[in-house]
Amino acid sequence: MRRLLSGNEAVARGAFEAGVKLAAGYPGTPSTEILETVAMEYRSIYSQWSPNEKVAFEVGIGASLGGGRALVTMKHVGLNVAADPFMTFAYTGVNVGFVVISADDPEMHSSQNEQDNRFFAKFAQIPFLEPSDSQESKDFTLKAFEISEKFDTPVMLRMTTRISHSKGIVEEGEPVTLPESGFKRDMQKYVMIPANAKKRHVVVGERLEKLRQYSEETDLNRIENNGSSVGIITGGIAYQYAKDVFPDADYFKIGFGFPLPIEKIRKFVSAHKTNLIVEELEPYYEEQLKAAGINVDGKKYFSRLGELSPYRVAQGLKEAGIIKEIVGAEIPPEELFPRPPILCPGCPHRGAFMALKKLGVAVTGDIGCYTLSVLPPLEIMDTCICMGASIGNAIGMEKVRGHKKGVVAVIGDSTFLHSGITGLLDAVYNKSNVTVIILDNRITAMTGGQQHPATGHTLMGEKTREVNFVELAKALGVESVREVDPYDYDGLLKVLKEEIARPGPSVVITNRACVLMPKRIMDRPYVVISEECNGCSACFRIGCPAIMPSKELTKHNQPKAIIDPVLCTGCSLCAQVCQPEAIVLAPEPAGVK
Amino acid sequence: MENKTTNILIVGVGGQGVLLASELLSETAMQAGYDVKKSEVHGMSQRGGVVTSHIKYAKKVYSPIIQYGQTDILISFEQAEALRAVDWLKKEGLAVVSRTRLVPPIATGKKFHYPDDPVADLKKKFRRVIDVDADAIARELGDSRLVNTLLLGVVSSSLEFDYALWETVIRNLVKAKFVDINLKAFARGRELSGNGKK
Repeated sequence: MRRLLSGNEAVARGAFEAGVKLAAGYPGTPSTEILETVAMEYRSIYSQWSPNEKVAFEVGIGASLGGGRALVTMKHVGLNVAADPFMTFAYTGVNVGFVVISADDPEMHSSQNEQDNRFFAKFAQIPFLEPSDSQESKDFTLKAFEISEKFDTPVMLRMTTRISHSKGIVEEGEPVTLPESGFKRDMQKYVMIPANAKKRHVVVGERLEKLRQYSEETDLNRIENNGSSVGIITGGIAYQYAKDVFPDADYFKIGFGFPLPIEKIRKFVSAHKTNLIVEELEPYYEEQLKAAGINVDGKKYFSRLGELSPYRVAQGLKEAGIIKEIVGAEIPPEELFPRPPILCPGCPHRGAFMALKKLGVAVTGDIGCYTLSVLPPLEIMDTCICMGASIGNAIGMEKVRGHKKGVVAVIGDSTFLHSGITGLLDAVYNKSNVTVIILDNRITAMTGGQQHPATGHTLMGEKTREVNFVELAKALGVESVREVDPYDYDGLLKVLKEEIARPGPSVVITNRACVLMPKRIMDRPYVVISEECNGCSACFRIGCPAIMPSKELTKHNQPKAIIDPVLCTGCSLCAQVCQPEAIVLAPEPAGVK
Repeated sequence: MENKTTNILIVGVGGQGVLLASELLSETAMQAGYDVKKSEVHGMSQRGGVVTSHIKYAKKVYSPIIQYGQTDILISFEQAEALRAVDWLKKEGLAVVSRTRLVPPIATGKKFHYPDDPVADLKKKFRRVIDVDADAIARELGDSRLVNTLLLGVVSSSLEFDYALWETVIRNLVKAKFVDINLKAFARGRELSGNGKK
């Protein structure tokens, strides 16, 4: 059957056709939909969200050693979290196939950096495959499992945002039949004490030689001959852009990215008058080709920053003298106001940031929707480094600045469970005076609403035990743990003031669910009584998309506010900051009791 | 079939349902026998930011994203967002724009200004602009979310696909209980473009 699938959906399909037994991961853009698709469409695969990528990776290792093909999914920075098992699993090798998805985010559409994880595979000395569209995303997933078993190695499938989130036509196949396999005890292979690891490191080197040979022979690295004197060496999405811009060149398309097919490329290069490397982000191919004495340029013409595009590839080809003309905009772009992403109307995080803004303390931040509070008009977050960093950052800041100046760490429920617990443990152990706000909206929200250990449900939809944040914080040794309603602005402000002043670590938990959850917060929206509105703009400054300027002006020519009745969730925060009390609950619709 | 690529760009604001329109459109092109790619970026863009969806169909499609100035049809769910996309559209391209006006909090301050009449600005730059009071019509049809199929209906008469094919795709992709109302919105859109015939 032919279906339009995203790269992520195609990977899930590939896992199904490859007979995967277990799939684990932690949500992260652009990787999230892989496991969501597995859980929705391919129920024969056991799938789970783990609390973080390291645990997911370790669960995958267990499955592989236990005798079931395993798929582990994460975004590029997730692999940093899982780097510890990743680097050593490269030594032990697999029992049956193991594939890790690294979904990189060039351009940082939804990430804190744009690290190029092709280097990570090279660092661990394991092979990686890189698809350039949805069909290849499926085909390469199957191929990755074969390679994993053939060479006894974990394999990385490197996706990027454009591949993960673009849709293309995929020809679906039937699942493969795999031989029965089980756990085979092999301590010298799987127990990495120094004596065993030293022997395994030798095996890694030998394996690499075999993989080099494979790379030279496999059709994953293919040549497209069009009889041109120009040879373009490329892979991933860059291949598609180059084909769009300059279809007549000869192509060396790399699908098996480590180890590179150096000799095959050397031959290709010597057969062309002009050669060029087109690759996104870092000069990964270029460095290795140049080290092998193949002198082909790439980054001289293409930026290392951000995503490529057909236009940027055309610019580079023109600069390199390969094409003469480039197609561009016929109408110049318009100077317009920006439209940054923003906290939703009724978002339960808003109240906490309104209060922090009022208190004027330093705010160490974390990864989640609440990171949007750094943008105007709230502009109240001082750090965002990585998952769980807020608490450690706050501890260090408080140690050097002192307690009086006030520092508050803000972290979401899923992020806290991912890697905030150890930070809080540090705060207790080292007698820190920080206040930690756990913004508990009962879901992993930024990535579109995934379950986690405190939601009471698993990825496959089963009921399970929920973490109790109050009990957890107390068990770690936090003496002051308080729950507050983030829609009660004055109450929240009071609690935060007290906790910031209190010596010792304290935890404040906001307890309202994400507004994108199916339930509306309250029945009726709020409205502005136009005659009462004095145009003070206090409600504009809370950054709610449901509140907009009216065309009606005050006598001082300030726009009055209006509230979109469809967008408003009735959270009431704007009414609480409205001095003239012009914002009120909408009257009940006629005919409704 | 010659390898002429048709490029369609859909723009709007996170939460407006841009993705459903692009699903229906790309599915229709596939059913008609074309190679299709479509691309959009999820994640942060869902939180009230700008959402864009690129759809390309031809005998063979390589890049999933369109080049600047190469868009044949722009569909905008919001007035000012159409203006933001002008450098993507061909000078002789068609723009179908909903008159929806969403002023973000950032444009309520002194620094940034939401344009007074984005549709008028657009008409100064392009000859082929169809503006639709989509919200009002959708509400009149019974659901504000019908803007999707309404705008698609307007665009459909500029595309080669049969009405029957559109209908099949809508029936297959839209939840059963919303099929009839969406077909109604689609037909209404087709009428608005001055081409009511099936």
